[in-house]
Amino acid sequence: MSENIITYPLIVHLFFSIVLMFFWNKVKVQKIVTIIGNFVALGVAIAVFIFTWQYGTHVVNAGNWEAPYGIVFVGDMLSATLILLTAIAGLSVSIFSTVSIINARLRFGFFSVYHFLLLGLNGAFLTGDMFNLYVWFEIIIISSFVLISIGGEKNQLEGAVKYFTLNFFGSLIFLTGLGVIYGLTGTLNMADIAVKIQHVNNQVIVDVCAVLFLTAFAIKSAVFPLNFWLPASYHTPPSAVSAIFAGLLTKVGVYALIRMMTLIFPQDPFLMNLLLVLAVLTIISGSFGAIIQNNIRKVFSFLIICHIGFMIGGLGVFNVMALTGVIFYLIHDIIVKTNLFLIGGVIYRLKATTNMKMIGGLYKSYPKLSLLIIVVLFSLVGVPPLSGFWPKISLFLSSYNTGNYWFLGALILGSFITLVVIAKIWSEAFWKNQPELKVNKRFIFFDKLYPIQKWQFVTPIVLLAIFSLYIGFGAQHIQALSERIAEDLYNSQNYIDAVLKP
Amino acid sequence: MEILLAIMTGVLYAAGTYMILRRSIVKLIIGIILFGNGVNLLIFLLGRITKGNPPIIAPELKHFADIYADPIPQALILTSIVISFGLQAFAIILVKRAYKVLKTDDLDMLNTLDEDS
Amino acid sequence: MKTLILKTASDILLPVLLLFSVFILLRGHYLPGGGFVGGLIAAIAFVLDAFANGLKNTRKIIKIHPGFLMPLGLLISFSSAVAPVFFYDLPFMTGLWASGHIPVIGKVGSALFFDTGVYFVVVGVSLTIIFTISENA
Repeated sequence: MSENIITYPLIVHLFFSIVLMFFWNKVKVQKIVTIIGNFVALGVAIAVFIFTWQYGTHVVNAGNWEAPYGIVFVGDMLSATLILLTAIAGLSVSIFSTVSIINARLRFGFFSVYHFLLLGLNGAFLTGDMFNLYVWFEIIIISSFVLISIGGEKNQLEGAVKYFTLNFFGSLIFLTGLGVIYGLTGTLNMADIAVKIQHVNNQVIVDVCAVLFLTAFAIKSAVFPLNFWLPASYHTPPSAVSAIFAGLLTKVGVYALIRMMTLIFPQDPFLMNLLLVLAVLTIISGSFGAIIQNNIRKVFSFLIICHIGFMIGGLGVFNVMALTGVIFYLIHDIIVKTNLFLIGGVIYRLKATTNMKMIGGLYKSYPKLSLLIIVVLFSLVGVPPLSGFWPKISLFLSSYNTGNYWFLGALILGSFITLVVIAKIWSEAFWKNQPELKVNKRFIFFDKLYPIQKWQFVTPIVLLAIFSLYIGFGAQHIQALSERIAEDLYNSQNYIDAVLKP
Repeated sequence: MEILLAIMTGVLYAAGTYMILRRSIVKLIIGIILFGNGVNLLIFLLGRITKGNPPIIAPELKHFADIYADPIPQALILTSIVISFGLQAFAIILVKRAYKVLKTDDLDMLNTLDEDS
Repeated sequence: MKTLILKTASDILLPVLLLFSVFILLRGHYLPGGGFVGGLIAAIAFVLDAFANGLKNTRKIIKIHPGFLMPLGLLISFSSAVAPVFFYDLPFMTGLWASGHIPVIGKVGSALFFDTGVYFVVVGVSLTIIFTISENA
């Protein structure tokens, strides 16, 4: 099989996005086409994953221009895994969005933009060129701006203004960093930068450049001082949109940080310390933010920030074990966070609000659904056989072994507060008796839906929950995968050799 | 020339940052536009300036014979101009729409979400 | 803004500018120009017409909704980008060149189709943006 296969995910999403544009006003056709498209994308992603697993890192030179001069697409194990996860999350959310988003919104080309978003995500994971990464980031944020403001309700626009400003500003800082690094090394290919930046004498400018990139990616991934836009905007759009944002958009920032830290600025003590400090602060601010909120979707938004801290800190510890933990956590987090927001959407459909104070008695009226939800919530906390537990072993051990006790403390605190928050949600929303509910006559409750619509709500959650359970119970497979990726990342020479072909 | 451009870049960054920190949304957008222009100028500056030497090879030559301008920063700037063109168009529509719905231009008034949790 | 001078001038300028935009598009492969610039010039031609004769009139001239040009252009660009993948097993976006020389255009390759697609997308996007803004103003 040809190595061109690693660009197929991009081709599939671009193709379906264009096809969907031709059916601009026909919502029913769009729904069918988008689900087909996501199934095709999932198939392609599985093929890419198997191909990369068997044959190792592969490089495609776009336009057949040789490596340091042209744009390269690099399919290594990390990219292939993330593409697979994107496809799984993308499929689930597309099924969910066919029923949960009203047709008036879908008529504005929702699915076309959605495929563009997935295209941007896949591109960002695949590219091996710094400027191309910037372009994919722009594709992602432009699509996300459209998705977050489609519909144009009052609170949505409020969230969109904040989201837009911070993300646009982040891209401009990224571009500044790009300009500086191009001035320093004269190249934009990541592998080539990694080689050439070692010969730059002026360490101060290299650090400045690193901090510029760090700021840009920190804005994208909501790291501590730059995180306030996330809880201000993520609960405003429809649940399907915030699910894909929560699962994948912040994780793209984490991915970019991982690439930058392992490839371009490896073992930079200044950066490692900075990341550890930021991680501790991120965990603390995220977890304490989560504990005082009453809106379930807002709680989940703060939990995203808290758990970003886990990954950033593991990256700051920087050894093979910590990287294994980071990768495992990333895999677990994409699936679980997507699922959490889908659950938020279902709760909204059940009770017409996501404020914990106003709802209750979910367990009594929907026992099966509640059991499904508790599996996901426990996976998030990391109750031992479930998926959140295993990466924490690696993270705890590596931070203990390297003497990063502050980070260890923050990890324990973060996990504990996550547990408290989940317990609070459970007792408030599921066990408490239902308080008086202000019923809006026009709201279509879950019970009034057709059976097939109910299944469209529940199937994606079941799908993602099964995957979470697999990550938990088949942890040895994911651990082996994460170890392999971590080894690859730690010894970045393999990546450089694959791209530059010396 | 380099010094002039460097000062200009600094001025654009400073002016952009100042405008971003204002409370009005319109001024915020203007600030972002200024900041973006500063970034473009920075890339242009850091790609080394060679005056009067376009990156074009004469038809009879196979490669660059003498000093030439690096085409890559120009390509980068062009790309980023196109992208920011799209984003700015979106931003203006968003601001207009937000003003229509929220009836305010003041960013401090956009905090209703935090109250009703 | 209905002045006689602008109206008369725009009637003549519209075809001239459109022809010029095609010229810029075809010139683009080796010299400054290309699909983006050409598309913008074509869009400017229509905007100028809209200034002089009103938006309704311009919509009548274009006939189709400008938004339709976006997927059309994307499709043309997309096919030229994936053709090497599916027919020759070369990487994404590799340039394919037809042998032989066509007068006026010169050598024809997949890059020309890519640029044509960009041209349509740019016309579609700019006109959609400008029409939307000026209609709601």
